[in-house]
Amino acid sequence: MKRTFRIIAAVLVVGAIAFWAATGANRGWTKTRVPKKVVDEVTGLEGIQWQDKFVPGVDFLGAALLGAGFLAGVSFFVPAKSKQP
Amino acid sequence: MKTKLTLLASIALAGAALAAPQTFDFKDPKGINNAGFKLDAPLEAINGSASDISGTVTFDPENPGATKGKIIVATGSLMLPNPMQKQHMLSDKWLDATKYPEISFESKEFKNVRTAGDTTTADVTGTFTLKGVSKELTVPVKLTCLKDKLGQRVPNQKGDLLVIRASFTIKRSDFNINPGQFEDKVSDTIELTLSIAGASPK
Repeated sequence: MKRTFRIIAAVLVVGAIAFWAATGANRGWTKTRVPKKVVDEVTGLEGIQWQDKFVPGVDFLGAALLGAGFLAGVSFFVPAKSKQP
Repeated sequence: MKTKLTLLASIALAGAALAAPQTFDFKDPKGINNAGFKLDAPLEAINGSASDISGTVTFDPENPGATKGKIIVATGSLMLPNPMQKQHMLSDKWLDATKYPEISFESKEFKNVRTAGDTTTADVTGTFTLKGVSKELTVPVKLTCLKDKLGQRVPNQKGDLLVIRASFTIKRSDFNINPGQFEDKVSDTIELTLSIAGASPK
């Protein structure tokens, strides 16, 4: 059980970092929509269209690390599996 | 003689009609019109935009200095990439979008008017209203009148387009938006940009 908690914590840390890095390593806040610039050919104006897209930020990374830390901490209070005689 | 007089009068009337001020409507069916805003913050700048823009501007290509109008931005249409930031921004603690649903600028006077071709630049003095507080501001603007271009933008319509671009800064403390508070988290200065096109159908 102790080991299971630690494995989940490690997977959470690695998974969160990998996901964060794979989605652009955004060093700002998590975004759920991103602006896309669109140029109007007639007027030359640059418009902004918002597209739904999840971009994890440092708060996402922090939450994942906090969760992993909690799981790792809990693992210290879980009794080790007693060896069968 | 009578025919010649009638013809001259008709030409004069047509000329007057061509030179008459035109009213441009800034409700954009293409959704390109936008007002952008930027506030500095420690982790990253807060960048957003609003797209629900309306209003009218009366513009005379022969006398651009006489331009008058009012542009309105629906507060509720302000968008940010982060949903929590958007919720905070529209709440009663910041913009109070429910109580103050509109942000507007109404022009009063054009100064330093310079026209080259179809483009006019000027400093516009007008009343900027945000969160129920109205202040007089002078804003540099660029107006471009695109004759007979409406049809290229909106099919089956004939008319002219007026493009307005403006960039200026305001202070949120001037508009009672948490004056003197959270300045370590969100700057007092707000950079605003306006990129809009209005239509005057014929």
